[in-house]
Amino acid sequence: MASSIEQQAKGDKGGEIRYLTPLNIETKQKKRYCRFKRSGIKYIDYKDPDFLMSFVNEQGKILPRRLTGTSLKYQRKVAQAVKRARHLALMPYVGDLLK
Amino acid sequence: MNHYETVFILNPVLSEDQVKETVKKYEELLASEGAKMINKEDWGLKKLAYPIQHKKSGFYHLFEFQVEGKSIETLEFAFRQDERVMRYLTVKLDKHAVEWAKKRVERNKAK
Repeated sequence: MASSIEQQAKGDKGGEIRYLTPLNIETKQKKRYCRFKRSGIKYIDYKDPDFLMSFVNEQGKILPRRLTGTSLKYQRKVAQAVKRARHLALMPYVGDLLK
Repeated sequence: MNHYETVFILNPVLSEDQVKETVKKYEELLASEGAKMINKEDWGLKKLAYPIQHKKSGFYHLFEFQVEGKSIETLEFAFRQDERVMRYLTVKLDKHAVEWAKKRVERNKAK
């Protein structure tokens, strides 16, 4: 088996895909943590939009917990803060410029 | 006496003294309701994230005060009636929020 890989490595014109090094697909899940529990923030202020921008994707939609990793208790606070910021036009409802 | 925080946006077409007069009107309204004003902030003319009443910007004002629960209704009724106010949001502050507001005031002062 090893020889066939070396043979492939030597580059015979077999036409099938040749990998120089075996692909190591990153399967290990990155350990996610709730940044509020860790940093001890107790209240999420709806008045500073720059902090809330990190919880919103480019279109201005609130990111789900599985991506941000926040716990349920703080995700609700974040969602409420974002909705209040949107009401006060500090954050857009639909944005495409938040790159 | 609960802690409340109100942010409201005034129409940008207002002149400077009209803005002052409106803000003073609400301060007096709160004082007449027996409110204790804790903090007042004027964020000035800010661009809105989306147009409100076809306006692109607005004068933002913040009031942080302590008042009886029932007088919030009169405050909001006044906001609703006043066409100079484009938008308002009154929020009741819990203990974490009050603590955060204090920290925020110091941070702004330090800046």
